[in-house]
Parts: sequence; C-alpha cells; structure tokens
Amino acid sequence: MSRTRVVEPWLAGPLEHFVSESGARLTLILTPAGQVLAQHGFTRAVDVMSAAALASGIAASTGELARLLEGGAFRALSHESQRHGVFLSRFASPRGPLLALVVYGYESSIGLVQLFFEELVTDLAAAAPAAPPRAPVLAADFERELNESLATLFR
Amino acid sequence: MTERLHEALDRVTRVRGVRGVLLVGLDDGLVVADAVMEGVRANAVAALAASLVQRLARATATSGIGQPGFLHLEAERGALLTLAVRERLMLVTVAEPGVNVGLVRLELLRAGAEVR
Repeated sequence: MSRTRVVEPWLAGPLEHFVSESGARLTLILTPAGQVLAQHGFTRAVDVMSAAALASGIAASTGELARLLEGGAFRALSHESQRHGVFLSRFASPRGPLLALVVYGYESSIGLVQLFFEELVTDLAAAAPAAPPRAPVLAADFERELNESLATLFR
Repeated sequence: MTERLHEALDRVTRVRGVRGVLLVGLDDGLVVADAVMEGVRANAVAALAASLVQRLARATATSGIGQPGFLHLEAERGALLTLAVRERLMLVTVAEPGVNVGLVRLELLRAGAEVR
C-alpha cells in the first residue's frame, strides 16, 4: 500500500518518484502558511500537523533572518543527526511558493536528497494545473481547508 | 592544501579519456572539489557514486572482505572509477571507454595522497 497521500492528485506522481529515488523516509509538501498539500510516510495526523507547523515556523524565521542580513532569502536548510537528516527548502511552483520538508536516514544522503529534490521541483512545475483564481483568505476557510486536507491525507 | 588538491585533480584530468574527477564526501554525497568537463553533472555523479559505494561497502563488509578501496565500473559509454581516500572521502572519475585504467588509478592514488 502506498504511504503517499495528496490533497491534489497532480502532486502524487512527482512525490512518489522523489521518494522512490531519494530514499526519503518522510516528506511533506506544504504552503509557507503551513497548509499541507501532500505527505509521504507519516502515519498520524498529529505528526503531520506538528511537522508542518514547525517547518513553516523555521522557514519564516530563517527568511526573516535572511532579510535582516540583507542576503536574500535562504533557499534550503539541512541538518543531520546521527540517525536522521532533515532537509527544508522553499521552492517556486506554478501554484505559488511552496515548502518541502524531507527526513532521510542512513540509506540516503543529503547529496541524493538535493539531487532528486531538483527533479521534484521540475516535475511539480510540469504537472501543476493552471492556478485557480485567488479568493480572499478567511480564518474560517483556512480552518475548514486545513481539516479537509488532514481528512484527505489520513482517510 | 586546496591548491595542491586542485593541481592533483587537474593531473587526473590530463589522462586521455578522463572527463572529470571529483573529491566526494562518502556519507553526504556532496562535492568537496572537482575538475569536470562541460556536460558532466558533478552533483549527480557525486551523490549517486557515494550511494553506490556505500551499498557496495555493505556487501563487501558482509562478505568479510572489508571496505572497498578501488572500484572500476564499466558501462556502455564509459567508465566510473572510485578510490577511497582518507576516512569518509573518495575520488570519483568519469571516463570514456577504453581509458587507461592503470594510469587513472595511479593518478588517483597520487591525488589521494594530497588529501591525506
């Protein structure tokens, strides 16, 4: 059974290809606001919510740090512990800026993750349908969409 | 060390048929230094060669023959040669078919000595 779950079908192919080639254990694709669009490897909704909130927060704080340093935005952040590595990157897509959070183990490496992440970005750009017209974001809509996304990701 | 290392890598590329040479971190698959011709995707070669050598290392360790030292992989349109240098680093060479493997190995050993 596939461990990949997506909110929008066009994300599935590129994400499955990325996971299979890079050997990533966990992957999240989310908006900078923290709304999850796709995930691989997570088994509990609470873990996805926590990881998405943390990834979004880290991206926001490093982005602000980059702004203070006047060095432009950070593109990617990686961290390795003895058992796991974490890669967090912001990337452009036809649907606007997105974040990817990747957790990998000893069977992969940051080099492999970076390599296949470049392909993922290209594949997502090719697979993305035209963006729908943007409506104003309301708090109530955000919460409803968040709940719908989580329901889709863990149904 | 950096200048001597680059000179050593350049010497490897002077062997006829060598298209590029890279010093790569075995654990992270990242390029430490490289001298490659246009068309050689250094990042991709580094990441995939490191992954290959790590998997081979598991196979050789399981077989009781220790860690891989020199690897020569012949492919349809060329060859990949790797040499373990210092702990957790390796030299990777991309070469055309028919390259003088002995000469490349000699130059890789010389380059490896600059890393140690």
